[in-house]
Amino acid sequence: MRSPMRRLVPIRWLVSALRSLQLALLAVVVAFTVGASDANTRLNALGHEMMCQCGCNQVLLECNHVGCTVSEGMIAELKTAINSGAGDDQILQQFVDKYGPVVLAAPTTTGFNRVAWIMPYLVLVLGLALCVFFVRAWKHRRPALAAPAVPMPPDAAGLDEYRRRVHQETEI
Amino acid sequence: MALLGSFSLLLALALSAYSFAAGAFALLRKDHPSSERLAETARRAGIATWVAVTTAAGALVVAAFTNDFSLAYIMQHSNRDLPAAYKFAALWSGQEGSLVFWSWLLATYGLIMRLRHKVDVRLVANASVIVAAVQVFFLALINFAAPPFSLVKNVPPDGNGLNPLLQYPEMVVHPPMLYLGYVGFTIPFAFALAALIMRYPGEKWIHITRRWTMVTWGFLTVGIFLGSYWAYKVLGWGGWWGWDPVENASLLPWLTGTAFLHSVMMQEKRGMLKVWNVWLIFSTFLLSIFGTFLTRSGLVSSVHAFAQSGIGPWFVVFLSLIFATCVFFYMKNRDHLRSEHRLESLASRESSFMFNNLILLVACFTVLWGTLFPVLSEWVQGTKVTVGPPFFNKVNIPAGILLLILTGIGPLLAWRKTSIESVKRNFILPLSAGVLTAVLLIVGGVRPWQDSSYFYALVSLSLSAMVIVTIVSEFYRGARVMRTQTGQNMLMSVVTLTRRNTRRYGGYIVHFGVVVVMIGFAGAAFYQNTEKELGKGDSMQIGTYTLTVDSYTQDDKPNYTSEWAIVNVTKGGKHIATMYPERRFYKASQQPATMVANRSTLKEDLYLVFSGINQDTGRPIIKAHLNPLVWWIWAGAHFMMIGTIIALVPNAQPMKVTSSERVRAPARAVEDSSAQIAVGSGTHFSGTQIGTSTNQVSGQSGRLASSTDSLADNPAGASD
Repeated sequence: MRSPMRRLVPIRWLVSALRSLQLALLAVVVAFTVGASDANTRLNALGHEMMCQCGCNQVLLECNHVGCTVSEGMIAELKTAINSGAGDDQILQQFVDKYGPVVLAAPTTTGFNRVAWIMPYLVLVLGLALCVFFVRAWKHRRPALAAPAVPMPPDAAGLDEYRRRVHQETEI
Repeated sequence: MALLGSFSLLLALALSAYSFAAGAFALLRKDHPSSERLAETARRAGIATWVAVTTAAGALVVAAFTNDFSLAYIMQHSNRDLPAAYKFAALWSGQEGSLVFWSWLLATYGLIMRLRHKVDVRLVANASVIVAAVQVFFLALINFAAPPFSLVKNVPPDGNGLNPLLQYPEMVVHPPMLYLGYVGFTIPFAFALAALIMRYPGEKWIHITRRWTMVTWGFLTVGIFLGSYWAYKVLGWGGWWGWDPVENASLLPWLTGTAFLHSVMMQEKRGMLKVWNVWLIFSTFLLSIFGTFLTRSGLVSSVHAFAQSGIGPWFVVFLSLIFATCVFFYMKNRDHLRSEHRLESLASRESSFMFNNLILLVACFTVLWGTLFPVLSEWVQGTKVTVGPPFFNKVNIPAGILLLILTGIGPLLAWRKTSIESVKRNFILPLSAGVLTAVLLIVGGVRPWQDSSYFYALVSLSLSAMVIVTIVSEFYRGARVMRTQTGQNMLMSVVTLTRRNTRRYGGYIVHFGVVVVMIGFAGAAFYQNTEKELGKGDSMQIGTYTLTVDSYTQDDKPNYTSEWAIVNVTKGGKHIATMYPERRFYKASQQPATMVANRSTLKEDLYLVFSGINQDTGRPIIKAHLNPLVWWIWAGAHFMMIGTIIALVPNAQPMKVTSSERVRAPARAVEDSSAQIAVGSGTHFSGTQIGTSTNQVSGQSGRLASSTDSLADNPAGASD
């Protein structure tokens, strides 16, 4: 019989593994946050989270219109906002207030917009579940046209039928 | 020209309507003594439709070349000084002309199908009726909703000219390729629906349509990559894919078409997934039409401000009719689509195809969902939101990575069932290559924990290495056996191997191309750009390059004026290139356009854009992008095409096993030549089937069972 202490060992491992994961996640978050604090990085990141409002339907920093004055003005506004010390969320909100929600290059994760983000993953999970369900169902289902388990008829027609099947499946 | 064109279009409509009605009547009343003759007249009317549509399309092209500005379409999309190639391209540059072009392509596909009707007269007759119905819709559209031969009241001396963004060589080729892809899916759709309607026995319809589907898929692939290349070279923002609704529209049928090309193998070889395949090809066709609707209806806003008009409702009705027809015949004849075999294991080729299909369809759904979400949001919330690149990248990159994993795993799995030992044995080398690549990248300075894009790049590149090793080892294993058989050298063995099973090895080359494209995509994580006002002699730095402006100059051509910079590029103090970023101003349309200067190498593209002149300082602005690994994207596309062409070529010298050998020593034949079968033709192994058929000839069930198991585990033989 296993001792209670022995039984606890896997739980301890699990706890320490979870703690390690927690620390790793924290490190990643810190790394991302620290990286994002640089003004140029922030400009690049925020400029790619917004759309140019000249009607070109392109990301702000990628507007290709020759001499587009709208993107120039918006980029200048963005630089000013970053230099003023405002946070990323605050800056994005400023732009939404001025240009409307269409200025954001992707839906927010609030309200109905959440659905935009959830659906692809939901469909993936449902699809996976369906696949597993079908595989399990098929494994336990008899085939509609099972291969005949009778001895091969000696006549040529019977041989031809088997040859056809072998050919279909092996291309020999 | 207007009269000839209009008359031809009307005649084409009448002919295709006759082809549809007479064909349908002949099939419905097949006991009638005249039904065969009536069906033949329907076929010939279908052929005559091509003549009429060709005349109409020709009339429009002639009008463009003769500067006939009395036609509104020519006036809007051409001008006197437009180069000849672009005058020809004017045919598909606007709404009406592109619909004529679409109809012409459909008539051409229909012509080929009807001329080759002897492949299966009844099946082609049914498919022909369906193609005629689609043709009727498009001809009705251009006759009544978007007529290309409308006249203007006051004929102007010159036309408005072609959109400057379309005046590039790639744009002469890109739309026809894309349309060949979109339109081409009509044929496999027609065959699938016809086979369902007539409860066609067996899988012959799949054999007939396989080449149609592959050719169509190939055209769509070329079209998508050419569009991407055009966006990269012309739009001047340094990227190749912007997730614009029109770009997305082309991706939707490509994704389902790719899924179909994979899953149809399960039906061919194992008689499985019949319902799934039928619906996949139905969806692919519906998505092709939906993409066309999206492009032209103005439902979603797009950077491709392509000819929007009021033809949206026509498409909605047509899409609904097609869908209802598909559902009706599916419900009526669904019992005909029962699977002949069951799926036996998760570790099998069948299940890898299933998961491949799942990922492709989830990606398709995601693209469709993101494209239509702004419309849904406006409907639900009353406010429109933008769904742009950040959304699509976030949700699609994981799908791409999963697909890459399956591309690596799939070929290593056997049909029916793969043993764990086999999986372990076959995975060691590819997995090691993947891990080694990851380690080398980290040692080389890629820090996946610093940025999510670095993380995805690292994963993509590592998986790419894994898949490449898988593909190379598949070729190596097969070629080694071939060398033993034929005594050829390794290179010739690879050639012979590929020629003997073009579909399988062509498919591997396509996969290799996809991996190379993925490597190119991964390079985007290391993208850099900078912008600076540069006077003569001024310099700026990007990456390891120093850019120095030598001078600026101007030119005046009949069609446009231009100004460009002469930029000297040095690296480590050594002059390596002179580049000429240019800006044009087209006279007829009064619109500017950029001509990017691009220096492409295996490692990276140095991409310069003449952004314009600062109005305050009068100094030109040069924008420089450093795009790593972009060359790989175009190279991968070429591999994909080469692979597709190889897969279309018929097999050379299929291995023959005589019937006497089969009867005398089937077990020995299977056991001894498992590798030979694998090399000669053997793509598809079903242990039970071989076991059953050969077993009963020889009565050596035990030996056969083991031999077929070994075949199933043999990756060289088990792959397709």
